[in-house]
Amino acid sequence: MIQINEETAKERIARRIAAEFDSSENRFVLNLGVGIPTMVADYVKNPNVYIQAENGMLGVGPLAAEGQGDWQLINAGRQIVTQTQGCSFFDSSMSFGMIRGGHVDATVLGAFEVDEQANIANWIIPNGKQLGVGGAMDLVSGANRVIVAIQHQDRKGVSKIKHTCSLPITGFHEADMIVTEYAVFCYENEQLVLKEYAPEVSLDDVRSMTEANFVVSPLVKVMEVSV
Amino acid sequence: MKKAIQILACEQAIKTMIAPHSRVMVGGFGLRGYPEALVEALVDSGIGELTIISNDLGSPGVGLGKLLTNNQLKGLVGNYYNWNPEVAYAYNEGKITVDLLPQGTFAEGIRAAGAGIPAFYTLAGVGTELAKGKETRKIGERDYVLEYSISGDVALVKAHKADELGNLVYYKTARNFNPLMAMACKHVIAQVDEIVPTGALDPECIVTPHIFVDVLVVNGGKAR
Repeated sequence: MIQINEETAKERIARRIAAEFDSSENRFVLNLGVGIPTMVADYVKNPNVYIQAENGMLGVGPLAAEGQGDWQLINAGRQIVTQTQGCSFFDSSMSFGMIRGGHVDATVLGAFEVDEQANIANWIIPNGKQLGVGGAMDLVSGANRVIVAIQHQDRKGVSKIKHTCSLPITGFHEADMIVTEYAVFCYENEQLVLKEYAPEVSLDDVRSMTEANFVVSPLVKVMEVSV
Repeated sequence: MKKAIQILACEQAIKTMIAPHSRVMVGGFGLRGYPEALVEALVDSGIGELTIISNDLGSPGVGLGKLLTNNQLKGLVGNYYNWNPEVAYAYNEGKITVDLLPQGTFAEGIRAAGAGIPAFYTLAGVGTELAKGKETRKIGERDYVLEYSISGDVALVKAHKADELGNLVYYKTARNFNPLMAMACKHVIAQVDEIVPTGALDPECIVTPHIFVDVLVVNGGKAR
């Protein structure tokens, strides 16, 4: 089995998730979390996709070039972004009304852990060093589709896809899809189902690197990868 | 009824409106769209025992973070303090209380206060540690958590422009919580980049009507 380095892993995950939105012919509202999810924006090619930032913007453009851009125009990760033609600004209540009210078609977020019951843990590691929650709890419960973008294992080689999350939960039974550098899973009929796996790995490799139990889709295929 | 709009210097506005133990709402998200000059004046005033209701607390020693460094805080109500790790330390040491809320719940709690709604049910956080001890109720097929509205004594907001009546317009993602906070407090001080003559702002574009605003300050400038 060939190991995939971190940079390649992140790009692969972002590209694979962006491909999910290629075929939308309708206006599609997408919210992106911090980290790998932000990278998804670089690979979305479909002009029908409108990126929402929960601090109050619909129609987020690419990151501003280094040293350029408007410092008061940021995404939820405090990165300076650009605006697209037709973008709009609004207050935080309308932004979360959009999210809570089911007007956001998908959210992509990172996680510390995700488990067999589609529970997501991504807001805190209880070590006393951080105190913050952000919009994740609203997003996982409000967005129509929740896509978890994570590297398959942590730096010690421990699976992030668990039988049961051990960290505080952000949302229960909310994940719809998991994309890692080695595999794509969906939740179907309350089961975790393997849909795709990377060309570098075998089914047995995926089983051995994944703590959670999963079933293999009869239509399982090799992930299309360009990196 | 509200008194005619006053245009004051920051220091004067803070001393007139804020006292020890005040609950102060401050607009802003990640050091954008927060009223920098008013926050500086609040720090300089040395007024203590404050409860600050704001999305975050700036960075260590920056923006609202200075209030913590300066021991002016009693408590915080907000959403995200990962940008200022000193908050977690102060909380762990029992120096301040922190009421942490999901971002949408925080925003809606403020909106609700301004709109006269005492509480509301939301899906966000159901079953999590942030919903511990809170009432939940099944409505239809799902469980929701009851969240209360969030009000304050004084709001410090940042807007782009005001007219002489106090109507406000905002700038890009510097809008964030500001229009909500302007409705949720007894008194409102708005820091603006510029005051234009009444009538110069397009009525279709005004976000905060003037009845919510008591005092204008122009970026820490002088009283008129």
